[in-house]
Amino acid sequence: MLLLLVVIPIVAALLIAFASPALARRIAGASSLLFFALTVACAFVFDWSDGAAFQMPFRLPLGLGDDGAAGVALEFGVDGVAMLLIMLTGLLAPLCVFGSFSSITDRVRTYYAWLLALQAPMVAVFLARDLITFYVAFEFTLVPMYVLISLFGSTNRKHAATKFFLFTFTGSLMTLAGLLYVVWFNATQLPLSGLGAGEWSFNIGVLMEAARQMSATEQAWVLLAMMCGFAVKTPLFPVHTWLPLAHTEAPTAGSVVLAGVLLKLGTYGLYRFVIPFVPVAVAEYAPLIAIISIIGIVYAGLICWVQRDVKKLVAYSSVSHLGFCVLGLFALNSVGSVGSVMYMINHGLSTGALFFCVGMMYERYHTRSLEEVGGLAKKMPVWAFFTVFFTLASVGLPGLNGFVSEIMCLLGAFQSGATWGVGGTPGPLGPWFAAVAATGMIIAAIYLLYMVGRIVFGPLREPEGHEHHGPLPVDLNRREILVLAPLAALCLFLGLYPRPALKALEAPVAHALAGVHEHRATMTANTAGALVLVETPPLGAREEATP
Amino acid sequence: MIEKLALIQPEIVLFITTCVVMVIGLSRTYSVRKACATVSGVGIAIAGVLAIFTPQTDSALLPGLIPYAKTLVAGVGLLLLLLLSGVIDRDLELRVTRGEAFEPARANRGEFYSFFLFSLTGVMLCATADDLIWLFLALELASLPTYVMVAISTPRLRSQEAAVKYFFLGAFGAATFLYGFALIYGATGTTYLSEIRDIIGTDGLGAIGTAGFALALLGIAFKIAAVPMHFYTPDVYEGAATPVAAYLAFAPKAAGFLAFLLLTSTIGWTWGANGDALPDAIRVILWIMAALTMTIGNVLALLQTSVKRMLAYSSVAHSGYMLVGIVVGPGDGSFWQNGLSAMLFYLLCYGFMNMGAFAVLACVERMTGPDGEPIELETLDDIRGLCHTHPVMGWSMVLSALSLLGLPPLLGFMGKLLLVTAGLSGGEYLLVVVLLLNSAVAAFYYLRIVAGAMFEAPDARAGDGVLTTHRGRMIAAVASAASVVVLLPFVGPLVRASQRAVALQPTTAIVTMSEEVSDASPLVRVDDDVTQDR
Repeated sequence: MLLLLVVIPIVAALLIAFASPALARRIAGASSLLFFALTVACAFVFDWSDGAAFQMPFRLPLGLGDDGAAGVALEFGVDGVAMLLIMLTGLLAPLCVFGSFSSITDRVRTYYAWLLALQAPMVAVFLARDLITFYVAFEFTLVPMYVLISLFGSTNRKHAATKFFLFTFTGSLMTLAGLLYVVWFNATQLPLSGLGAGEWSFNIGVLMEAARQMSATEQAWVLLAMMCGFAVKTPLFPVHTWLPLAHTEAPTAGSVVLAGVLLKLGTYGLYRFVIPFVPVAVAEYAPLIAIISIIGIVYAGLICWVQRDVKKLVAYSSVSHLGFCVLGLFALNSVGSVGSVMYMINHGLSTGALFFCVGMMYERYHTRSLEEVGGLAKKMPVWAFFTVFFTLASVGLPGLNGFVSEIMCLLGAFQSGATWGVGGTPGPLGPWFAAVAATGMIIAAIYLLYMVGRIVFGPLREPEGHEHHGPLPVDLNRREILVLAPLAALCLFLGLYPRPALKALEAPVAHALAGVHEHRATMTANTAGALVLVETPPLGAREEATP
Repeated sequence: MIEKLALIQPEIVLFITTCVVMVIGLSRTYSVRKACATVSGVGIAIAGVLAIFTPQTDSALLPGLIPYAKTLVAGVGLLLLLLLSGVIDRDLELRVTRGEAFEPARANRGEFYSFFLFSLTGVMLCATADDLIWLFLALELASLPTYVMVAISTPRLRSQEAAVKYFFLGAFGAATFLYGFALIYGATGTTYLSEIRDIIGTDGLGAIGTAGFALALLGIAFKIAAVPMHFYTPDVYEGAATPVAAYLAFAPKAAGFLAFLLLTSTIGWTWGANGDALPDAIRVILWIMAALTMTIGNVLALLQTSVKRMLAYSSVAHSGYMLVGIVVGPGDGSFWQNGLSAMLFYLLCYGFMNMGAFAVLACVERMTGPDGEPIELETLDDIRGLCHTHPVMGWSMVLSALSLLGLPPLLGFMGKLLLVTAGLSGGEYLLVVVLLLNSAVAAFYYLRIVAGAMFEAPDARAGDGVLTTHRGRMIAAVASAASVVVLLPFVGPLVRASQRAVALQPTTAIVTMSEEVSDASPLVRVDDDVTQDR
């Protein structure tokens, strides 16, 4: 079933590449709907009460490795977090296809083929239970996106595409080095202390157990290596510079996928690899990472304030928002991390939708400049409604989805400084982190509302020489409304009743945080509130202390 | 004696083919002349098949290497032969078709193909070498014909200049390693590699021995185009016809790496027993050589506008990657830790993907001049929009470039993955980081090729760009580009074959290229022990 999720987009992409342009659109639409239906089916098959377990396993050994050893395999499995992200991917797929019917008229086949080819590696990243499968999928997302930006972007597209490719490729090479170090450690170093199977396994679960046995120094280096790749992808300050460029130049659907899913690959990597693999180093360096993300929140927010390009503004707001996501994740407590994962979903919905809105405006006016358009509510009330709605969701208006996750991330960071039990070690972050980050919320309100005030309200301004919208009606047509409506409904639903999603996330997040919590427990026991030294728990301690 | 002759059966077949080709290349009948390529192909194919069934031997240092390397050389050699079609005697044949008489004195066809076969014979002999003299002769046999091939590959002066440069620097390199060999002989009193290994095993390497091996490796660095002997690469590749450049990027390099393997095995690892690593001095030299070769190759490739020069520098960089495998050595010999097998496997990957890129360049030509004489494309502008004008060639180029870049899951990535795991196992963290950073740098210029071919509008002049009339070249281009995908399912068996190839002791079963996994080589046994302990 999980394999089908990967195979369907690839088959569809191949079909489209050899179909006629008219047929291409239909195949793309049908296959993306099928893809969405399949993710929903997976969600029904998935046992939500056991969200921490990796369900629906699939394993195909690839024969890479010593005889009889585990080796590299095509290995899939989903837990609660992956399932939600897959559903997000599934939902955005048909929306992207239907959303581009009017904007892409040239080279239709190429466009839809690559757009669908992008779905397969994206979903494979969330599915992967094998390190090489993960890495291959993680890297392969670059190619379709590179092509989409280079071929269908706006004026500066080649520069943007190249920068996008090189930044992420370079970063993830370092991630590969870090992850392979863990593989090597599991295969050769663990057996020296009588643990592990002593074979080159690439199973993420096996490696997670192994990685926690590394010394604090090793963990710190592996953390650094992994952060190189995931921080670029997320993106965190100061390696975020590729993102605004890529967003501005990409076609609308490209931006939606980029904001909706591709950026989540970075935070998903942090959640899946960094936190469970190297808990000791994470506990030690969480404040540093939190500070970096707070700088990102405030800095990107301030940049947004002075932006005149709507798309660039939304792009920078992504950088700022994902700062919250990382901050919550590295609060290392249940509230913050669940909120962070929730943030991944919510950001995908609201920012993806905002990119759609901006794209729809661009299709009509061929400009994205705040200077040239304004007061569109008078001409396009439906569009204005959606734009304001998603902006408010993005700002974090209570009752909409953004609020829930944002407040949870901040709450997590706030509470994180508390000590555990009498004489326990304090957590990595504290009220100050939350306080500074919260200014980011205010800045977000300022720049997003400012943008809405300019383009939606006020006196009507249209670019000079603008007379008609081409084939499009003045306001949104039915297709465009159908693209935005499901996103709006979900934003409202997740804002009013987030309980089921949050509940589903608790178990897997707790599983990911287990290593960190155990480390804190050990430290509390060892030091009894006195000097805090960061040391690895003794080898083998894990077996006794499994919660 | 008979034993040794049995070992070099493939070489003997190639040599006979060489003689035949040299004669029929001069025939007055066109169809006979034309048969040169076919005859060479048959010869190489027979040699390849014979190589698979090489009898087992105890005299060689790395007995498994013989069938592996020869089969690889024969396989890539066949592709190269396809690629070389139409390089030679174009003017002459044009004139003959116009009714002029055939002049044997002006014909190069026979020489060209026979030198090509000679060179392949030399590469194969490198794998069989068990003696320093033999190794020297084999290396020279692999190189000397290439000087001539460069010179006669095009009628232009540039080719001759390139050949002269290549020859003098090559002679310098040869002198260096011959001097090294002499010092090794002085230190040990024998030229047999296995005896040298025994003597060094008991007496140690000593100052003279160290100097000898250092010089030998430095000299052979010329063959693999490693820093500091890499200077000739861009000029020579640029001067030679593109198919010949493709040949230079593979055959002498393969010979050089085989020689590296043999020499380092003489002084290095004995599979976990004792003396695991290379002597420190040699190790440091190789380490520096690897790091510099990667970095200089990639950085200089960044600055090029000619695709040919870019590929030349990139071939320098790829030598650097492969040297990482030699620096770390075989480790415990298992799949992921064996640097030598990773190096051999990378050589194979490199052979295919690099040829793909060169072959595409060779396939698309531009007609200039009144008499319609075609010239080769070589700048980035020339391949602009190749995917639109010539889709098959364009996509072949894109695939090859992406594989050279190391994009997962293509073949180049698999090769690098193994080198990285081997490097980590050998404790060479810094070198691994250098390798990965270099891959990132390399992405810059490979992406320029990819973007040029895929996204840019065709050059205004590209209307003149036509596909070559030589089917063979196109088959070679498509086949090598396709192999970066097609070979993916066979990565496991191929790496296991490489593992067997670098096993020092002869295995109990006859070592063949067969892909049976039950082969009880010592490497596999190490791992089994661990499994049983569990």
